[in-house]
Amino acid sequence: MQFGIFTVSDVTEDPTNGSTPSENDRIKAIVAIAKKAEEVGLDVFALGEHHNPPFFSSSPTTTLAYIAAQTSTLQLSTSTTLITTNDPVKIAEDYAMLQHLADGRVDLMMGRGNTGPVYPWFGQDIREGIPLAIENYALLHRLWREDFVDWQGKYRTPLQGFQSTPRPLDGVPPFVWHGSIRSPEIAEQAAYYGDGFFANNIFWPKEHYMQLIGYYRQRFEHYGHGTAAQAIVGLGGQAFMAKNSQDAVAQFRPYFDNAPVYGHGPSMEDFTEMTPLTVGSPQQVIDRYAAMRDHFGDYQRQLFLMDHAGLPLKTVLEQLDILGEEVVPVLRKELAVNRPADVPDAPTHASLVAARDAAAPAETAEVK
Amino acid sequence: MTAKRIAVVAAGLSQPSSTRLLADRLAAATAGALGGAEVEVEVFELRDYATDVTNNLLTGFPSPRLATAIESITSADALIVVTPIFTTSYSGLFKSFIDVLDPQALTGMPVLLAATGGTERHSLAIDYAMRPLFSYLHASAVPTGVYAASGDWGNDSGLPQRIERAASELATAVGHAERRVRDPFALPEGFSPTGAFSAQ
Repeated sequence: MQFGIFTVSDVTEDPTNGSTPSENDRIKAIVAIAKKAEEVGLDVFALGEHHNPPFFSSSPTTTLAYIAAQTSTLQLSTSTTLITTNDPVKIAEDYAMLQHLADGRVDLMMGRGNTGPVYPWFGQDIREGIPLAIENYALLHRLWREDFVDWQGKYRTPLQGFQSTPRPLDGVPPFVWHGSIRSPEIAEQAAYYGDGFFANNIFWPKEHYMQLIGYYRQRFEHYGHGTAAQAIVGLGGQAFMAKNSQDAVAQFRPYFDNAPVYGHGPSMEDFTEMTPLTVGSPQQVIDRYAAMRDHFGDYQRQLFLMDHAGLPLKTVLEQLDILGEEVVPVLRKELAVNRPADVPDAPTHASLVAARDAAAPAETAEVK
Repeated sequence: MTAKRIAVVAAGLSQPSSTRLLADRLAAATAGALGGAEVEVEVFELRDYATDVTNNLLTGFPSPRLATAIESITSADALIVVTPIFTTSYSGLFKSFIDVLDPQALTGMPVLLAATGGTERHSLAIDYAMRPLFSYLHASAVPTGVYAASGDWGNDSGLPQRIERAASELATAVGHAERRVRDPFALPEGFSPTGAFSAQ
């Protein structure tokens, strides 16, 4: 079971003092946050990709490579990589490059992006979002697995004998998650390839995701990648903690009330009841997240959103201390209890290389 | 035979409202027009859901109580909608409620369109504002819309006859409608996880 954090990379005013960090402040802060994640024992850091203000993260591989150079165990991922507006050829090359530099500590989460104007800026159309995600990923999948690719599709220039460079580290592509909030097509796509499915459930009630994840698990089994219980599931989460739960509530409320996504809408009390957002003591967060698998089944990756809505860096780092030192160690223990032995961990570069090597002699034997 | 369920959405803001009064008259007339059939009528006053609707617009998901109401409304056999006409069109609350529905949720739904207003001069709002909205949603709006101005409640302007005619049309539409409940997780026709191309 992996625990980590993911960020949307927003530059947001701190509602308690009206100050807005500069882009440079936030970019430097995100590096500090990632390093802190490793320091407090978290497994994963995932960075978003956006091409419009108020977000700063247009170039995730640059940032992740810089973080890779300053960490040694942290798994680097994305939340998400735009499979719609990016050229799959460039994704293949950028992330293979990152994979080499980070010694394999890299995976990706594919997402479509929901900002209409971004698509035409990159020559695309948001109404084609799903077909773009499907076709572009089909190409990306081949580029990482075949040395020379002939390709003709609807959304990019045809390729004849193209080889993306560098080739994936040890000949094993980075593991891919497909992120979705509501599209069964993306759950189907993840299931088809036997890839991971990350349900970003932080803004919506659990019932919706129980259905979506249930669907992905069922289709994962249908496509022969294992049993439904062995499908690779990731979940989002959101927490704000203090030793005394009333302090957490008082401290977080101005950030909640003015947050870009849900601010000025439901009360924090209603929202925490309806979504995974938990504001309170570390024990409350432990209780809430230890129960997630009761709804979604045993899963592989839990990512928390900790640094949005204008929270200052100092607060975020304090929150990561609590998360890493008080919450995650307990969750690791609790989620290991009664976890079936045949439910796999999230794939890593090492596990994928080992699986490839274990499969190779058998395939060779079949050929003979 | 199972009971026919008629959902009534009333967007009046005052309590009591003439919008609710018209809604109740239309529901009773429709139940009557369905003859001997067993009929269940459930009325939803949007005023009671105003905060939930606004929160849904902001967060993208309904509160549990709004979700229950939406489920009940969109799975009914027929729908009666009544809105006050404000500033030449349906009220903002009415439109906000429609906006939080899945655009496919009312496909094929027999709908009776009705409105209230202070003056007879807005009676065409049913046809130039409400009817296109429900056409877009692929609902089956019956031909007669019922508009009640304040004055209609106190003179012989044919309001009872219009109510009866519209109710009769809705009852007929219920008899003919074959609604399928849509599976929100159904994949689009012809969907392939690899698109038009083989993934190898």
